[in-house]
Amino acid sequence: MVTQVPSNSAPIRAENLTRRFGDFIAVSGVSLRVEKGEVFGLLGPNGSGKTTIIKMLTGLLPPSGGNAWVDGLDVRTHSEAVRERIGYMSQRFSLYDDLTVAENMQFYGRIYGLPAERLRKRIEAIVALNGLEPYLGRLAGKLSGGWKQRLALSCAMLHEPKIMFLDEPTAGIDPVARRQLWDLIFDLSGQGITFFVTTHYMDEAERCSHVAYIYYSKLIADGTPEALKALPDVNPPGTRRVEITAPEVTRALRMVREMDFIRSATIFGQSIHALVDDRFDVDDLKAQLAQSGIIVSEIRPLQPSLEDVFVALTYKHKAELEAVNA
Amino acid sequence: MRNPFGEMFRGFGAVFYKEALHIRRDQMALFFTLIIPLLQMVLLGFGIDTNVRQVRTIVLDENNHVESRELIDRLRNSDTFRVIAYAHTDRELNDAIISGRAKVAVKIPWDYSDQLLKHDTAQVLVLIDGSDSSVAGQTINVATAIGLDESLQRVLGGRQALPVEMRPQLLFNPDSRSPNFFLPGLTAVLLLNVTTFLTAFAIVREKEKGTLEQLFVTPVKPLGLMFGKILPYLGIGFGELCLILLLMVTAFRVPIHGNTVLLLVLSLPYLFVSLSIGLLVSSRANSQSEAMQLSFLTFLPSIFFSGYIFPRDTMPLPFYIISYFVPASYYINITRGIILRGAGIMHLWRDGLVLLGMGTGLILLAAKRFQKKVIAT
Repeated sequence: MVTQVPSNSAPIRAENLTRRFGDFIAVSGVSLRVEKGEVFGLLGPNGSGKTTIIKMLTGLLPPSGGNAWVDGLDVRTHSEAVRERIGYMSQRFSLYDDLTVAENMQFYGRIYGLPAERLRKRIEAIVALNGLEPYLGRLAGKLSGGWKQRLALSCAMLHEPKIMFLDEPTAGIDPVARRQLWDLIFDLSGQGITFFVTTHYMDEAERCSHVAYIYYSKLIADGTPEALKALPDVNPPGTRRVEITAPEVTRALRMVREMDFIRSATIFGQSIHALVDDRFDVDDLKAQLAQSGIIVSEIRPLQPSLEDVFVALTYKHKAELEAVNA
Repeated sequence: MRNPFGEMFRGFGAVFYKEALHIRRDQMALFFTLIIPLLQMVLLGFGIDTNVRQVRTIVLDENNHVESRELIDRLRNSDTFRVIAYAHTDRELNDAIISGRAKVAVKIPWDYSDQLLKHDTAQVLVLIDGSDSSVAGQTINVATAIGLDESLQRVLGGRQALPVEMRPQLLFNPDSRSPNFFLPGLTAVLLLNVTTFLTAFAIVREKEKGTLEQLFVTPVKPLGLMFGKILPYLGIGFGELCLILLLMVTAFRVPIHGNTVLLLVLSLPYLFVSLSIGLLVSSRANSQSEAMQLSFLTFLPSIFFSGYIFPRDTMPLPFYIISYFVPASYYINITRGIILRGAGIMHLWRDGLVLLGMGTGLILLAAKRFQKKVIAT
């Protein structure tokens, strides 16, 4: 019925995907490829185009340009077949508050046309996985945010999709629930399910096996967290990152920023993360701070975080844009 | 694997099941949905009486003879006038009308009996408050008729029989009872009210919650969604119709002259139309308050252009043309036809067919709009 592109193709693939709303370009020339079993994290500030990308990939919104394939199917021409193969959890908790947990699951199961017996087995299996058992008879509206989100995820995967799209699944839930949801996501990805997740939490991005960063409609980073951290743009030649631990960090930061071998510096908890060039001298820094009565307790080398990566790439992207405009 | 027809309605069963659960869970809302139209019906049914009776009348009798008192008695004996006071001056007479104490003022001049005796024309002044047109119209008719009758009696000497006698016979509603006239039309308006709101809210609620977006990522088809949504409410609308008819027959003693089963069957296409209007409203509205306003917008033509209050035949041409596009026009023809005139299927099949066509058109339009619009938001 539906012809599939050879199986070597990735579960999710986009080439030059573009979406315009009138004059406004929401997504501009985005290409990406997500492999089977990956947990792909799409990051970006609000309004950068994350949700629009998900809507195009799930067939909710036709692209204005470019192509995308989900499970080998062109989302433009086979949006219906795509919908049957994917699970989608939208930004808001899309549950029926006045229906019980069990009724919500039954409804979504029926929508996908699962036969009664298979639906019963699926609900059993999912409940065993996510621990919703004690709440089956409870109204969905009476669940806490974390449980609601787990129920929403369960509803989205009743029909055993191999590809899941989660749009900001952890927005507004508590840290414990957030961790539990991610544990569940990794459990499932271990079973070969591919996840496409949007978020703006950096710590969630760090967990993903593959991340991309979208900034004002353009994809400006794409790769494993390790690969991104090793990018030359993030680590300009002749520079390295250090963590400086000292009391009175805010006063120390002001002084550190004045030093000529410091490229950039920012506070992280009780310490300063700084990008320094090869003129950097530990003793010089300690001496300068000591003059103001700040005794440095520790200086150690530091790996860039994903935040560092995105900050560095955003600056670079901005500079390029300004160069083009000028 | 699936037949193409079933495919068009995919998801219907699931949506129907869910909607039935929503209704069952919110029994309070269901109760109010059913009870409020009945209350409206009681208020309007007892409150509206278009028959003009017992109009407050003030009389100035300058003549004060047997002849003038006879005329006053005739006025009083007609059900139309109720003499509330006797004036002594013209001024009093005028004041009573201007202040609104009396709607009609009758002045019998001092030479009334003399003129009659001389076989001259005796004039009687009848002042009528024209601010209420239906009262004015009827009082003019009755006053003129009384005058004419009085004249004939005098000309003919009261013995001879009248050469021509018109004997009008009011069919179907012999007592001119207002409920008989109003309630069949009111049924159409109330049903529209209930069903349009119900369906419009049922979908707009899902828009507000974001569940509609979720539904559109599932393989559910617009027609499956639409029919799954409206069928439970078709049931409620039908139940409401039965309650309305029951109340009409018992409390208001309006008998159904025609076939009740036919009335129920021909109500189905009308319910279908109003449910489809609800769907169309919900495809446009993004919040419940918007849905409410849009629904009201659809009620106005049904109230004013359907013949419910103002007869269609006397409408100015543009409105008369509009009335052909108002579903309630056809349904009121059906309800009045069956309830009052005892009409059968051979008289009303066209109305039923038009309604069915309208409903189908509207639901297809709604499905199309959902396919296009909602997805793109």
